[in-house]
Amino acid sequence: MAKVKARVKSPKSVKKGEVFQVKTLISHKMESGRRKNKKTGENIPRMIINSFACNYNGKEVFASDWHPAVSANPYMAFHVRAVDSGTLDFMWKDDSGKEYKKSAKIAVT
Amino acid sequence: MVQRIEMSSVSRRDILKFAGAGACTALATSLLPGLAMADAKLAAESIKKITGGKTPTMGKVTLELPQIAENGNTVPVGVDVDSPMTDADYVKTIHILADGNPLPEVAVFKFSPASGKAKAATRMRLAKTQNVIAVAEMGDGSVFMAKTEVKVTIGGCGG
Repeated sequence: MAKVKARVKSPKSVKKGEVFQVKTLISHKMESGRRKNKKTGENIPRMIINSFACNYNGKEVFASDWHPAVSANPYMAFHVRAVDSGTLDFMWKDDSGKEYKKSAKIAVT
Repeated sequence: MVQRIEMSSVSRRDILKFAGAGACTALATSLLPGLAMADAKLAAESIKKITGGKTPTMGKVTLELPQIAENGNTVPVGVDVDSPMTDADYVKTIHILADGNPLPEVAVFKFSPASGKAKAATRMRLAKTQNVIAVAEMGDGSVFMAKTEVKVTIGGCGG
């Protein structure tokens, strides 16, 4: 498969207690398992990212389970409340067990 | 006068043919809602599994969806639940379901009080015009629901 590229957009600095939005995008085909190979008529096996999680300084703040109905190149937007400066760690996991990771720094003032 | 001539030119065989075609379309239309019902039933079963038999209350949940989705492959979906997101009162999970898809489950969003806002957005595939349902499970076990219809011009199930 082509190289998977993950992108994250989150603010660099926020005020303590503020709720900020985080947007993520990852390149993935999200093969639903229902498509057929036009030449052979066989089903193309399912290969999707089935889980996503965001940890804020090691603590999980948001997670999501995905089914085949999630579009290719899945986009995910959610919110986090600013507590302390630190890192946001993002993790995607697909059907083959492969993990894709990305992290972002955040400064809380 | 003209009408009478036309009437007389229609043979008995033509009338039978016409009646037959009529019966066929009647059969097709009676079958189609039946098929849609099957998918809706699957979705209803999934809702039951999520809520554990509880009947969800309508309200509190807002679904942000386009009225008409031209491309069923990427339909933006946003969901927002009115909640203060404190340790005592927060939204635990939101399930997104599409009752006309071969598999009704779309995504599950798992929140924590640290999320600050029970609001999330993603993009999904819709096979045809159907209802999108959001079921929100609160920290105290109560369940809320919202339902919106989306018209899909081109379905997103490959082919």
